[in-house]
Amino acid sequence: MVEEDSVRVVRCGGSELNFRRAVFSADSKYIFCVSGDFVKVHSTATEECVHILQGHRNLVTGIQLNPNNHLQLYSCSFDGTIKLWDYIDGILIKTFIVGHKLHALFTLACAEDSVFVIINKEKPDIFQLVSVKLPKSSSQEIEAKELSFVLDYINQSPKCIAFGNEGEYVAAVRDFYLSVYFFKKKTTSRFTLSSSKNKKHAKNNFTCVACHPKEDCIATGHKDGKIRLWRNFDDDKKYTYTCLHWHHDMVMDLAFSVMGTSLLSGGRESVLVEWRDATEKNKEFLPRLGATIEHISVSPAGDLFCTSHSDNKIIIIHRNLEASAVIQGLVKDSNIFTGLMIDPRTKALVLNGKPGHLQFYSLQHDKQLYNLDIIQQEYINDYGLIQIELTKAAFGCYGNWLATVEQRQEKETELEMQMKLWMYNKKTQGFVLNTKVSMPHEDHITALCFCNAEKLENPTLVTASKDGHFKVWILTDDSDIYKKAVGWTCDFVGSYHKYQATNCCFSEDGSLLAVGFEEIVTIWDSETWELKCTFCQRAGNIRHLCFGRLTCSKYLLGATENGILCCWNLLSCALEWSAKLNVRVMEPDPHSENIAAISQSSVGSDLFVFKPSEPRPLYIQKNISREEVQWGVFVPRDVPESFTSEAYQWLNRSQFYFLTKSQSLLTFSTKSPEEKLTPTSKQLLAEESLPTTPFYFILGKHREQQDEKINEALESELVQLPLTENIPAISELLHTPAHVLPSAAFLCSKFVNSLLLSKETKSCEETPEDVDMEEEKESDDSDVENDFTEKTQDTNDTDLGEDIIHQLSKSEEKELRKFRKVDYSWITVL
Amino acid sequence: MAGYKPAAIQTYPVLGEKITQDTLYWNNYKTPVQIKEFGAVSKVDFSPQPPYNYAVTASSRIHIYGRYSQEPIKTFSRFKDTAYCATFRQDGRLLVAGSEDGGVQLFDISGRAPLRQFEGHTKAVHTVDFTADKYHVVSGADDYTVKLWDIPNSKEILTFKEHSDYVRCGCASKLNPDLFVTGSYDHTVKMFDSRTNESVISVEHGQPVESVLLFPSGGLLVSAGGRYVKIWDMLKGGQLLVSLKNHHKTVTCLYLSSSGQRLLSGSLDRKVKVYSTTSYKVVHSFDYAASILSLALAHEDETIVVGMTNGILSVKHRKSEAKKDSLPRRRRPAYRTFIKGKNYMKQRDDILINRPSKKHLELYDRDLKNFRVSKALDRVLEPSCTIKTPEITVSIIKELNRRGVLANALAGRDEKEISRVLNFLIRNLSQPRFAPVLINAAEIIIDIYLPVIGQSPVVDKKFLLLQGLVEKEIDYQRELLETLGMMDMLFATMTRKESTSVLQCTSDGFLENKKMES
Repeated sequence: MVEEDSVRVVRCGGSELNFRRAVFSADSKYIFCVSGDFVKVHSTATEECVHILQGHRNLVTGIQLNPNNHLQLYSCSFDGTIKLWDYIDGILIKTFIVGHKLHALFTLACAEDSVFVIINKEKPDIFQLVSVKLPKSSSQEIEAKELSFVLDYINQSPKCIAFGNEGEYVAAVRDFYLSVYFFKKKTTSRFTLSSSKNKKHAKNNFTCVACHPKEDCIATGHKDGKIRLWRNFDDDKKYTYTCLHWHHDMVMDLAFSVMGTSLLSGGRESVLVEWRDATEKNKEFLPRLGATIEHISVSPAGDLFCTSHSDNKIIIIHRNLEASAVIQGLVKDSNIFTGLMIDPRTKALVLNGKPGHLQFYSLQHDKQLYNLDIIQQEYINDYGLIQIELTKAAFGCYGNWLATVEQRQEKETELEMQMKLWMYNKKTQGFVLNTKVSMPHEDHITALCFCNAEKLENPTLVTASKDGHFKVWILTDDSDIYKKAVGWTCDFVGSYHKYQATNCCFSEDGSLLAVGFEEIVTIWDSETWELKCTFCQRAGNIRHLCFGRLTCSKYLLGATENGILCCWNLLSCALEWSAKLNVRVMEPDPHSENIAAISQSSVGSDLFVFKPSEPRPLYIQKNISREEVQWGVFVPRDVPESFTSEAYQWLNRSQFYFLTKSQSLLTFSTKSPEEKLTPTSKQLLAEESLPTTPFYFILGKHREQQDEKINEALESELVQLPLTENIPAISELLHTPAHVLPSAAFLCSKFVNSLLLSKETKSCEETPEDVDMEEEKESDDSDVENDFTEKTQDTNDTDLGEDIIHQLSKSEEKELRKFRKVDYSWITVL
Repeated sequence: MAGYKPAAIQTYPVLGEKITQDTLYWNNYKTPVQIKEFGAVSKVDFSPQPPYNYAVTASSRIHIYGRYSQEPIKTFSRFKDTAYCATFRQDGRLLVAGSEDGGVQLFDISGRAPLRQFEGHTKAVHTVDFTADKYHVVSGADDYTVKLWDIPNSKEILTFKEHSDYVRCGCASKLNPDLFVTGSYDHTVKMFDSRTNESVISVEHGQPVESVLLFPSGGLLVSAGGRYVKIWDMLKGGQLLVSLKNHHKTVTCLYLSSSGQRLLSGSLDRKVKVYSTTSYKVVHSFDYAASILSLALAHEDETIVVGMTNGILSVKHRKSEAKKDSLPRRRRPAYRTFIKGKNYMKQRDDILINRPSKKHLELYDRDLKNFRVSKALDRVLEPSCTIKTPEITVSIIKELNRRGVLANALAGRDEKEISRVLNFLIRNLSQPRFAPVLINAAEIIIDIYLPVIGQSPVVDKKFLLLQGLVEKEIDYQRELLETLGMMDMLFATMTRKESTSVLQCTSDGFLENKKMES
């Protein structure tokens, strides 16, 4: 069933959506954004991801619509290629190999066969804008080596380049000057801001540039929050500029509306400002967008704007400044204090998100499910401000309770801390604040854990703090005759001499609590809160602590800062074994005895998977990442895998995800990336032109089943006709817009011919089979029985079908394709 | 996008009594009117009919008071000895009372001389009551007997001799003319049926029974005796439902509020407790000056009358609601202005666009939303806010500090404004819950206004006051730490056998000392 390749480290989703400006399709129906090595196509109406364009081998750095055919999209990448896509079908049309690392891409309507890219040729810091001539050829991969130099010594960011007035000139900014290159005159003018070095605090640096689409006007954004509008810049002497000032911090991006009547700007204030008629008085605001605005783009139709934000979010905004949709990826903006957690209810990955929020991120769909506002205070984004940080969080009682700790420390002595306990409300399907404890401890809370025993009658939470105490909190009945209520109260305060409590951990059955006090591990009885025994290895402070599970529940594992991993036997109260391992991350698998430990060395991080009962690891993977691994977590699989080889058995029940210091989320997988495509995206690939809404998924599936039933009935009597969807050429024909097709009379005979039965089918027989397989995979578990019977029938059918089902012959298919390839763009000109 | 989030106002637990619907209800009475009687007030009974007069039995007299009168409107004083248990009939026209000499007398409210005299008891009659059919009287006496009398021909109908001690309380059913209950010092409560010659149900209270009460439905019986109040389910044959022990001394009287939702009990420990009759938890309690012997509520709980051993009758009237209405009310917009446009029915081709509902923001929040920080601070420093809700002021100061603009908000104030800030600090700096925020603010003020100190005598005086306050507070803290150290020492000597806790205590002490030194 599963071919056992070697286990590889795979990047899994959560890549930046805000790396470059998003691009709208011509009809504003789709929005494209770069996402790691892929380009994502989202619907602007439903926010759903419609296609993932994959093919680049490195980070995608720029996307632009093909100005000659608005159904095509150019993309460039660090891998040195420019690719042309048909985004409606999600098909790669052509690849142009440039050979340099490409940093940005620009297209111009007037320069038909060439595009502009930013490359760095010699030194790492010097970037050039060059124009690349794209040769016309029918082959899939074309070398495009014809580069012509346009501008030198520019900024690598595409925000610092803008083409103006239908490609008459290009403006580039860097540091303190603006250079404008006129294509017709082939001259460069340079304007320097004089005050830049004289004044002490003048932060006149250019940050971004935008050109008016109709007039000769350039808008530049500056570090001090000013926007300058430059005019008459074709003359070195007579140029003028006017200032617009609202932003108090750097202007991050600028964009003109399609007709140039208004200018949009955004920055750290997370307010989108619309300047009407380029005057200071007429401005409109869209405030509280959540995070710093990184990019602004405008749809060619002019009805939509979109802003990309530093919290990995794209907001689609209507022309009247009303946010209409949010495309949210994994937020990577903040430091991850809470670590990785799994919500037991949704199986979503939970970690710090937007400031003051916890994000619930679905790993299966690579999409954020929702944000839980923990701090519930207005977020003021200002440089140097000390914010309230969400430092700890834990789920308890099968996701019924969530405990969070937030703190803010301005000075050494002034610590503000709050612990909040949230209860899951089944009616509203969300967490509701139940108890708020201000200053639960005198000092920082170092660890937080719930007792997750099964027979638990009273939920219990333990907090360990640097003030030398650990506190046990229990849920108590707080109801009176007026209302029913529950609340958390402190039940027990424990300490061990005056050591700082650094870790805490409940055993699987909840009977024992282990608390780490610096170098010493103490074991407490959770019934009476009596100290049972202590372990001490004198090998540095305890960094991680966890109990073994299932058959290994008599073991306690501790990792110390001096690089010793210890395993104690709780029955004999003695050290069972110890190993020298500098453990950074230690995570128990909730579904097995396995424990994963990631060690850090100077070369990189290594993974060890072991059972506490034996010191020999089950599995070792060296060099999983060059960076330091910060957090890891086991995620239970929905469908268990069945690896037979002993080394991979630890991946059967759960999957291990980890987060590195640069906040890339990685996992271990044996599958190739193509196989990882989720079922929904496959379905979307199969059905292109229909709008795909959740509603469609429900009804669509239903209809499919009905179709199958009808088919079954027919099968017994009739020879099955070839399904039109299964023949790629026909589906292509059906889905190509009518206005680019030749006349119906011309096509009719060929089309009818293609439906006739013919003998030679060998060439294409894989395709229909594959489609069948996929459909089976998609259907629900509840339909397993049905599926099984169908499957047996299906196999019979395919046996028959191979002889009977008629496919298009190759020659016919080619002919049909040819019609498609012919350039009918002249029609659009009419 | 997400709207403006209002500033978080830190809430602190309210000290003292919890405010509930019941405390509001039962506290909504005027200050009591005290009426001096001739002796201990053993019984108060309200007439069930308007104008809801009440009869007070004290010593050898029975006084009838009007609802708001301080003087008796009528007095029955023709008793040779102490009178007991003056009780109105359901129609409010007849009154029956027992007496120390064993007689039971029936009065007409308008008359003076007794209408009937029932002779038969040999000892003091402490309890009398009318049955539901209005034509019979039940009486219980210290001769251990319970008798049923016929009013028209003043004859004794039945005698029950089942009790083995004084019968001191009783109550007739309000539904069934044949049923009545008596409680006795022999620790039992018995329910009698006049159709049979013996008790039908007998329950063991456990203490001498001082008071019994039947619920209007007759299904539940409440008995009080000793420190206990017990609830019995009569439909289950006298099964004990709840036993309440909320008083320190003997419970002497019981009463049911007019809605039947609350049960009141008075006791010798000078308290009246109010119970919910669904959960039987105490929801409120009143304090009185002396031991309570009797208790009654008027129709609709308008008046609470309590009689005490020292002969004081305390009468509390409910505060009238009409007072609020008398204030000149501003004319509100008519109802139709609120529904204007709301009741428009959507036509076929219409597209309904809702105006986004505006969230109500406090004034200081509106200022904060627009970054008018000084103005926001001014708003919460107004006397109405600083006195009533200092936590709002402190929360706003904290919010300004979080936004990093507290210094801006505090700067540039004139003498009057700065003294307002200082007044607030002086008032609240020593409160432990506000201290961390306010100390920070005080430091900032001192930093800002240090250069101009000495220019205004008013502000200088305030600063000196603040300094004195801080010094005093430091002294207090030192003393407290010393006390804590002493207590730790005591605890340490007490719990020697547990080594860990000893260490913990001493270590705490050390820490405390260190803190003190630093």
